[in-house]
Amino acid sequence: MSAIVVEQLVKRFPGEQRPAVDGVSFEVQAGELVVLLGPSGCGKTTLLKMINRLYEPDEGRLLINGQDARSLPATQLRRSIGYVIQAAGLFPHMRVEENIAVVPRLLGWDRARIDARVDELLELVGLPPAYRRRYPRQLSGGEQQRIGLARALAADPAIMLMDEPFGAIDAITRTRLQEELLAIQRRLRKTILFVTHDVEEALRLADRLLVMRAGRLVQYGPPLAIMAAPADSFVQELLGTEDLLRRLSLVPVRDALQRQAGPPRADGAEPSVSVGIDDDLRAALGQLLRAAGDTLAVEDRDGRVVGRLSFEDLRAAVAPDRAAVPEGQPGPPAA
Amino acid sequence: MKYLLENPDVVAQRFSEHLALTLTALSIAVLIALPLGLLIARTPSLRGPVLGVLGIIYTIPSLSLLVLLIPLMGLGFWPAVTALVAYAQIILVRNVLIGLTGVEPAVSEAARGMGMSAWQRLVRVELPLALPLIIAGVRVAALAIIGIGTIAAYINAGGLGRLLFEGVTTGNPQKIVAGALAVSALAVGVNLLLWLAERRAARAAYGT
Repeated sequence: MSAIVVEQLVKRFPGEQRPAVDGVSFEVQAGELVVLLGPSGCGKTTLLKMINRLYEPDEGRLLINGQDARSLPATQLRRSIGYVIQAAGLFPHMRVEENIAVVPRLLGWDRARIDARVDELLELVGLPPAYRRRYPRQLSGGEQQRIGLARALAADPAIMLMDEPFGAIDAITRTRLQEELLAIQRRLRKTILFVTHDVEEALRLADRLLVMRAGRLVQYGPPLAIMAAPADSFVQELLGTEDLLRRLSLVPVRDALQRQAGPPRADGAEPSVSVGIDDDLRAALGQLLRAAGDTLAVEDRDGRVVGRLSFEDLRAAVAPDRAAVPEGQPGPPAA
Repeated sequence: MKYLLENPDVVAQRFSEHLALTLTALSIAVLIALPLGLLIARTPSLRGPVLGVLGIIYTIPSLSLLVLLIPLMGLGFWPAVTALVAYAQIILVRNVLIGLTGVEPAVSEAARGMGMSAWQRLVRVELPLALPLIIAGVRVAALAIIGIGTIAAYINAGGLGRLLFEGVTTGNPQKIVAGALAVSALAVGVNLLLWLAERRAARAAYGT
């Protein structure tokens, strides 16, 4: 069963020519991180806000865990969905611990349980316990956004909505927060809808990418599949699908190694450089350019050499006729 | 000073009358202004009309308003309270409005998105954040009430205004000085207390 089912959702705002969201349908499986990507005004934030009913759809149907979203009071639905917004939106008059405790308190948890949960969440987002007593004003932008994430996770919701959460944060901190979000996601396996207009961010985070334009869904699928077969010139341009480096960055070394035809090559000189099996091919290319020969060693997490990669493998990984794209994957899925 | 030193009991009596008038008027005014301010904060179309009417009331000279109330309410304490409440509305309602609408949109949206009901948002988020401005409004309104309250003595509402009027009619400048000093002391004291409350609320709201 899909965690979220969106069927033909339409949202019109008074005084606007076209609907902000115009007949969008898609499904999200439990545990997936779906990134809604598109230029500003494409309707991605409006779509997100219909999921927790901050906006009520004019038409269409929305199922959360198989249940019609309208069957619950909006406040109750929202308490069961984590919500992270740009600039964190922390309550300035509440300490960090009170901010994190908002939803648990709304749900009537007892103090001991809330206390334990606050400790747990601070650790999860990598902040020291002493931060409990601080006010949002006393935190950096990155720290505020971590608390925003902790607050959204507080009552352990299965679904999280994130509206450009890292949009107002400097590039270095943003990259670190993205990595931490991925690490947290590997542990918690939430169903996440993540809105951004930053293509690099979208490609880095997404299990699936939902590309929107002018209120409509243009393409929905795994990033690599969309990069390999963009639905139209808009997607092509938006994602920069011609950018081979960008495509390389989407392929894990592990996958390229598995695709090698025949037995592992052991001929030639021992490679002078290596790359980790969990890295991506962009990193591998960087190492190759630094190498003396034209192959590099692939090492597993313990530093054992488990294979070799050559320029040829990299070229094959981004070749246009690559068979890595699952059948019928590009293009919007059938509802 | 002579009058003040020779008649402390009279001055104290007028002082407590003035204080009672001020506190009564201020309390009623706040009780009306809070819901009214909340109403126009939630209903933007009502802001213009409500603030317009309250603004007009504020421009009526205080003596005329007191006199206008005589045919309706007669003389004494309550007509004076009525006039003072009417004057204070524009100050209070405006500050409640600015306080509530000044809450950062991201903060209100977070409150909504996390599943707070309208009442929970008001009590847990909006009012605490609006409180510094609301108290600032109460402070300014209190000073206006204390000042205009002296004129209420003209319609037999008592208070420190009596010392001033009596001083004028009997040609006793000492009495005027005593009344003026007492009014100033009251104003300065109330101002200080409310300023401290305002600062406290601001610290709580901005989290320092």
